[in-house]
Amino acid sequence: MSAPHATSAAASSSKGDARPIAFVSAQALRERMHDAVNDPHLRKSFRGAMDFLMAKRAAQFPDEAELDSLRTLSEGIRQYSLSRLPDLLEQLEANLTRNGVQVHWAADADEANAIMLGIARRHAAKTIVKGKSMVSEEIEFNHAMHDAGVDALESDMGEYIVQLAGEKPSHIIMPAIHKTKEQIATLFAEKVPGVSYTDNVDTLIQIGRQVLREKFEQADIGLSGVNFAVAETGTLCLVENEGNGRMCTTVPRVHMAITGIEKVVEKLEHVAPLYSILTRSATGQAISTYFNMISGPRKPGEKDGPEEVHLILLDNGRSQAYADEQLRKTLQCIRCGACMNHCPVYTRIGGLAYGTTYPGPIGKIVSPHMMGLEQTHLLPTVSTLCGACGEVCPVRIPIPELLVRLRGEAQSKPHDNPVMVGQGAGYSPLASFVWRTWARIYARPGNYRIFSWLASRFRALTPSRQSGWTAARTPLTPAPRRLRDMVRDRQ
Amino acid sequence: MSASRDRILARLRASQPAQPLPTPVLDAHYTPRARNEGVRERLARFRTGIESFHAEVHVSSEAGWPALLGRLCAEKGVGTLMYGADTPAGRQLQPSAFPATVLRPWAGTVEELKADLFHRVDAGFTQTLGAIAETGTLIVWPSEAEPRTLSLVPPIHFALLDARNIHPTFFDALRAGNWASGLPTNTLLISGPSKTADIQQTLAYGAHGPKELVVIVINAEGEVQ
Amino acid sequence: MSSPSHAGEHAPRTYPPRPAAVYFYATCLVDLFVPEAGMDAITLLEREGIRVIFPESQSCCGQPAYSSGFPEEARKVAASQLDLFPGDYPIIVPSGSCAGMIRWHWEKIFADDPALHARAAAVAARTYELAEFLLHVVGFQRRDEGEPVTVTLHTSCSARREMGTHLVGRELLARLGNVTLAHHGHESECCGFGGSFSMKHPDISTAMVSDKVAALKATGAREVVTADCGCLLNITKRAEKEDLDAGRSKPSLPGEHLATFLLRRTGGQPARRS
Repeated sequence: MSAPHATSAAASSSKGDARPIAFVSAQALRERMHDAVNDPHLRKSFRGAMDFLMAKRAAQFPDEAELDSLRTLSEGIRQYSLSRLPDLLEQLEANLTRNGVQVHWAADADEANAIMLGIARRHAAKTIVKGKSMVSEEIEFNHAMHDAGVDALESDMGEYIVQLAGEKPSHIIMPAIHKTKEQIATLFAEKVPGVSYTDNVDTLIQIGRQVLREKFEQADIGLSGVNFAVAETGTLCLVENEGNGRMCTTVPRVHMAITGIEKVVEKLEHVAPLYSILTRSATGQAISTYFNMISGPRKPGEKDGPEEVHLILLDNGRSQAYADEQLRKTLQCIRCGACMNHCPVYTRIGGLAYGTTYPGPIGKIVSPHMMGLEQTHLLPTVSTLCGACGEVCPVRIPIPELLVRLRGEAQSKPHDNPVMVGQGAGYSPLASFVWRTWARIYARPGNYRIFSWLASRFRALTPSRQSGWTAARTPLTPAPRRLRDMVRDRQ
Repeated sequence: MSASRDRILARLRASQPAQPLPTPVLDAHYTPRARNEGVRERLARFRTGIESFHAEVHVSSEAGWPALLGRLCAEKGVGTLMYGADTPAGRQLQPSAFPATVLRPWAGTVEELKADLFHRVDAGFTQTLGAIAETGTLIVWPSEAEPRTLSLVPPIHFALLDARNIHPTFFDALRAGNWASGLPTNTLLISGPSKTADIQQTLAYGAHGPKELVVIVINAEGEVQ
Repeated sequence: MSSPSHAGEHAPRTYPPRPAAVYFYATCLVDLFVPEAGMDAITLLEREGIRVIFPESQSCCGQPAYSSGFPEEARKVAASQLDLFPGDYPIIVPSGSCAGMIRWHWEKIFADDPALHARAAAVAARTYELAEFLLHVVGFQRRDEGEPVTVTLHTSCSARREMGTHLVGRELLARLGNVTLAHHGHESECCGFGGSFSMKHPDISTAMVSDKVAALKATGAREVVTADCGCLLNITKRAEKEDLDAGRSKPSLPGEHLATFLLRRTGGQPARRS
């Protein structure tokens, strides 16, 4: 498949890293979505992949009562944690510090990158090997390091493939889900020295293993994300299958972890249900191969593990979401990706078309806080509000409700006291006028009776081209008699 | 303390709910689902689970497991087995039980051993703290004597498990062991050999960690096989 | 109250005994575009001995504005509907999405006005989607007088996830002796209507409705039955367009509202459009 939009074509050739996500206008977003939905190859591969993941998830929850109970518990833990967020962050910081972990706070992407670059410089690091971290994607970490002359190498197989191709992850759990094995075979043959074409998946994985093992052995710094940060023990928990996360957090002398401020839980036992529902919802696995709990750097007498561990706590719009009781629910997310796996829109356009780090339903509700509504105001409208996302969300984020709220924030007239950056960015005087007029008609029975009578009476005048509707459908025409006429006539 | 720290915390505090929500009650979920099962059932469930993740399970006895390990190493062509000598299990490993394998105790730091660990050690051996029946998961607490990379870098990981230490769930394990009172530098749950499905959802084993996970279970109460 | 992501979020609904009368809240789409479906629903209810009250001043539940991000306009329209149901009778809505709007979202749009909120909550509590009312309250059970036929059922996302009624539609069809229900692929997937979505994002909407039409046709069913007119228009108008483009004169996928289908199969006389 050729990437359906410009990012891959514009990839920087030097390190194969994709261009950072630049401002994507509403018009450009429309074009990306148009290209994606008309790419039959993409449609087929996403349909197949999503069907596979939906079936795998369903198989993990044969007992509906158990699922219901686990969702209630998980939602409760996340909401409880958020209700105490500042306290828990301070507790986490205190316990991590006690354990010997250095804690840093970053307001935005630039500050996070500056902190990590500072650490890299202090160690004169040339290579940073990365475990899978969506937050590092969010802050365009690779790009920032590249600009500073430091190699940031992805080691998750999917991320490695995507980086090799100069693309971005198209799914938060399975970054290379948009690529076929034949495409990956071609990519390896072109980009990995000494490799000839093979589409045998085992062989391809072994090639990746060989290349990356060398990097684990040599890298100065390992970078990872965090799935859960436990306040009471000062522990960072990482979920993974490949072992690259363990490599990155164990072999290099320095480990940097980066996470959003919302990932903290109070008690260690809180991770048990969250971990269970995470892997089952995400990939339909009863459990991942590894659950890696890190409570500090190498202690005196210990023979391995990093000598320094750093945690970067990133805000980047999260405190904006936190400030509003309804929008705060966005932060309950544990990044399982089930919402995208079940989303009929994501299934049609894939993850790259969104132009955001986090695609799919969760991306539509979280990106506006990270990037502002100027850039993202169209995103919340790209949904039928079918509710499939909310139905599978393991922590019961009311995603459709939040989409509706964001539509309102985007389209309302700009005002002085906005809850979000970019409030009103999608404001259209014409649309507002149309809806005001609509309300004048429908909120007054007399007006509605006249309007509907006219519409029915002069139905022959109904336009035959009805914007998007008639692109694929025959026109809508009012009935010759309204229901109220039929009811009246009968009596 | 940075300015960002103070700003972020201040912003969160300004909108934090006056009253925190009630503390989640985990027992309400776990207690009604508790199973009344003995070691035998737990072992059976553990085995089914971890075998489904492509791990190999062998059941042995208190006395018999070192010889079994030696045999398995020979069968798998393990030239060098690295292990922690200063552990109860490590002390039981004698060269006589390893006809085809060099027993190499971990000595030094990972920096000193890295090249060998990555390129010349065929298998690592570790003890386990226990296991989880529900999912088929090993619990490993690395230590000074048994460093973290032993179960990560060599292509085969042999793990020794006492069947009496199999807990029904992860929740039970961390409650029973009071983990919250103090965790080691690194705590691991391991459910099978390393794997990935990142290429077209096709499962492949041996991504970055061990290609094989071999569990030897000491089953003092029951049969051996 | 929190918004449901699907009906499983709520305790199963308890249903009242069969009432002497009901209010019929037709919805704007039915009133203007598919009045025959509304008429057939009324006939079905009356045939069961239930008096049907049609409040003359009804217009719209406010959903189009609400879901488009214009809550103030939605609120104005919804507020104008609160007085339409003075008697203590159930309110029957022949659409899952409008029923869902009243049942779950009205309370939200009136959240900051206790008086309106209380009235909205009272209306919401006695609002029922037609199919669930027919099954659980009326106990619909009539002899199927039609020829053997295979149909396929599309359940709207709101009916499925907000009203929890997708099994209700199946059960009603199962009570018709000569009707075979053919399940289609990706049955729980949205048809791509989504109100203004179909206008605002025609590419994606077209992809979704085309897939839905293909899946429905692949069952070989003679027609599609659904209890939501939004989906019904979306699906059948798409199928009509495909027929038109292919030069077919016979509709390849006719569709009708569940009320019309039930009435026709059980000896009733469906309303004529003109």
